[in-house]
Amino acid sequence: MTKEERLKKRHQAEKRFRFYGITSIFVALLFVVILVQNIFSKGSSAFKKTVITTEVFFDQELLEIQNGASQEEIMDADFYDIMIENLIKAYPAKDRDEEDELLKLFSGDAEIEIKKAFLNDNNLIGKTITLDLTASDDIDQLHKGNYPRDLPEERRRISDFQLVIYDYFVENKKISKNFNNYFFNNGDSRDPELAGIGGALVGSFYSILICLLLAFPVAVLASIYLEEFAPKNKITDFIEININNLAAVPSIVYGLLALQILLATIQLPRSTPLVAGITLALMTLPRIIIPCRASLKAVPPSIREGALAVGASKFQSVFHHVVPLALPGTLSGTIIGLAQALGETAPLILIGMVAFVVDIPSSPVDPSSSLPVQVYLWSESAERGFVEKTSATIMMLLSFLIVMNFIAVYLRQKFEKRWN
Amino acid sequence: MNIVLIFLITIFSVSLFFYGKSKTKTISIKDNIKLNALPKFYGYYLVLWCSIPALVFLLVWSLFEPIIIKSIIIETAANQGAIFSDKNEANLIYEKIKAIHLGTYFGDIDSILRESALAYAKFINLFTNSKVVLIFAIIIASVIYSLKKIKNNNKARDDVEVILKGLLFVSSLIAILTTLGIIFSLLFESIKFFSVINIFDYLFGTNWSPQRAFVRDASSITAAEFEELKDAFGFIPLIAGTSFIAFIAMLVAVPIGLFSGIYMAEYASIKVRRISKPIIEILAGIPTVVYGFFAALTVGPFFRQVGENLGLTVSSESALAAGLIMGIMIIPYVSSLSDDVINSVPQSLRDGSYAVGATKSETIKQVVIPAALPGIIGSVLLAVSRAIGETMIVVMAAGLAANLTINPLESTTTITTQIVMILVGDQEFDSPKTQSAFALGLTLFIATLILNYIAQRAVKKYREKYD
Repeated sequence: MTKEERLKKRHQAEKRFRFYGITSIFVALLFVVILVQNIFSKGSSAFKKTVITTEVFFDQELLEIQNGASQEEIMDADFYDIMIENLIKAYPAKDRDEEDELLKLFSGDAEIEIKKAFLNDNNLIGKTITLDLTASDDIDQLHKGNYPRDLPEERRRISDFQLVIYDYFVENKKISKNFNNYFFNNGDSRDPELAGIGGALVGSFYSILICLLLAFPVAVLASIYLEEFAPKNKITDFIEININNLAAVPSIVYGLLALQILLATIQLPRSTPLVAGITLALMTLPRIIIPCRASLKAVPPSIREGALAVGASKFQSVFHHVVPLALPGTLSGTIIGLAQALGETAPLILIGMVAFVVDIPSSPVDPSSSLPVQVYLWSESAERGFVEKTSATIMMLLSFLIVMNFIAVYLRQKFEKRWN
Repeated sequence: MNIVLIFLITIFSVSLFFYGKSKTKTISIKDNIKLNALPKFYGYYLVLWCSIPALVFLLVWSLFEPIIIKSIIIETAANQGAIFSDKNEANLIYEKIKAIHLGTYFGDIDSILRESALAYAKFINLFTNSKVVLIFAIIIASVIYSLKKIKNNNKARDDVEVILKGLLFVSSLIAILTTLGIIFSLLFESIKFFSVINIFDYLFGTNWSPQRAFVRDASSITAAEFEELKDAFGFIPLIAGTSFIAFIAMLVAVPIGLFSGIYMAEYASIKVRRISKPIIEILAGIPTVVYGFFAALTVGPFFRQVGENLGLTVSSESALAAGLIMGIMIIPYVSSLSDDVINSVPQSLRDGSYAVGATKSETIKQVVIPAALPGIIGSVLLAVSRAIGETMIVVMAAGLAANLTINPLESTTTITTQIVMILVGDQEFDSPKTQSAFALGLTLFIATLILNYIAQRAVKKYREKYD
């Protein structure tokens, strides 16, 4: 091999090496794109729901209430017969079996939706109005194009006759897509068309709030102690080792801790945001202390010495001068820690947040779900409609995380002082 | 009740603040003495004395009250003639009594339950009353003490600072308390587990099927059952599955992470670095449940489809899918740590290498990486500990049955998956099945602790070398 050939080979090796580097970065970036694209393409349809425009006639004989009835009377009245009578008119069905199949195209809440319309206007007796009633999950998925209709009938959830009705609806423009208010307002449900993340949103909010209230003050105080006051001794070293180790303990171990101490020993109520918040606070504490200490450490000693020189006590120099300067870094570290806590699932599963909760929690001691746990729960469900609901929940979760991280970066860039 | 008490304590404290501040001011003006601290510090001093003892007492009381009441009530119920054979039944009866007291119980109420419910109401009343009385006593005592102190014109600022410093120290102790809590809660159940199952059967058994131990009381176990239990809790398939999935993950994460770390540290322009580094770190910020969903619903079925087309049988919960996605999650841990490590290799080493005519890649391969090796190994070990402790991806995308296999297309299970599977839904304490989850947790805790310790040592040693 001549000198030139060897040099050429070495330069080729150089190029290859660079290429590997670029490819690796590219693969990592590509995966981010694939993941986000996949979730968005599956989830964006969940923000709309399919509705069937139906004429509803309020027959006094079936309802047995008067115009201008009070709220309690309406709540007690039976709207079931009204619902049946009106829904079977949506399509000219021939016999009972066909009527049954027709009724299955509407959601389980059709009766409640009719009742709500009457509650809004209690002078509807003897009148006919047009209502947009939520369609069942099967029709919903079919209308959104998530469900193939060319399968053989026995492998489809929708019968041939129901397809005929669906085509009739489409032809007569009786079927359309509305904003999916149920997705944001409702709690969990066995029926995908009625299931929503309202309960999970409130549950996550309470959990993160409790986590913030517990973890932030303790983390700030602990880091101030360790950074500013702690003497160099065995106890301080031991605390530091503990904090570093706790930050690396798998999150599921915190779930076991909560199960044994908070639930079995102290007997706090299961499946509640209170327990979730305490668990998440224990978990995020070391993860907040580490950035807090870093931002305290970044404040130059001249600030402290200046304060001490004009007669401030050690306490005053720390609380009047060092802490305010370190605050932006502290806050952004806290927000990033909270963002991690918001996406944490495993410990919450162990403390029973996987329970099926329909009601939206009204306080932190009500059983509830949380956003990531809702993702886990729905991803285990067989119904096709839950796939888009899960993806949409992930979209909500990711957007919260993006907002939180953005705030953290903004705080740091806008308010943090550079010292050199 | 507690909220009312906290509210009252707050009101007292706030009013005491203003009282203390104005009182010391008037004293100093009237008697013309020089105060030892600013008036507001006397206010703070009173506030701290009024609130801290009372709040600490309230917290401790609330922690222990339910436990004490429960044991008293179960005892009284037993004295009344209630029959229960184990802890679970006793708990059930206690819950019933509580529900009767709250008026939310709609089953049959016999005389035993009614009597116990009355006793429960009596105790609750007694405890609440004594709590209120004690708290007021504490507040009055500490306020009298502190008022006396400020009347003597003490050095209020110094005293306030001493108390606050104590508060800071206590906050930092919470880290130790958490560690102790983890260790005790894991050990407590694990010891019970190992009193039924021999530790060697657990560590070296090759069969994991905890469902055999379901609904079985540990204290009344027959010899035949014991034999069966003996080989139901073999740890080997779990550690094998965990390491296998973690291995696949590292096969993905180490090359990609390392090469992107090297590229960003050595080649990338500042602009490329500023954009690509945060985007790669997004991968670490995405909740793992999202990866799990993606692996279970997209990647798993995709591999299965590809396998079918190639004529292979691929499980839809294959170790490959879970490992691949886990690897992608771990990329940023490897890349940003190795980026840091490579950046801290001194420039003089590179310059020396260039001076003898090496190309950039030769310098990296033969000088920079060997110099940075301990740090890189440390960061890989940290990534491994992430991988074995990761839960949601494997719960959603890996299998549930414990198979001893090295075929990446089959399904295997992991330690974390089993912990979740055992503890999800209704569990009964005191069954070896439930306790086994804590034993697994303990094993996991120790394993990650050792890995982290070695990794942190390696990184620290390496840093010291070039400081």
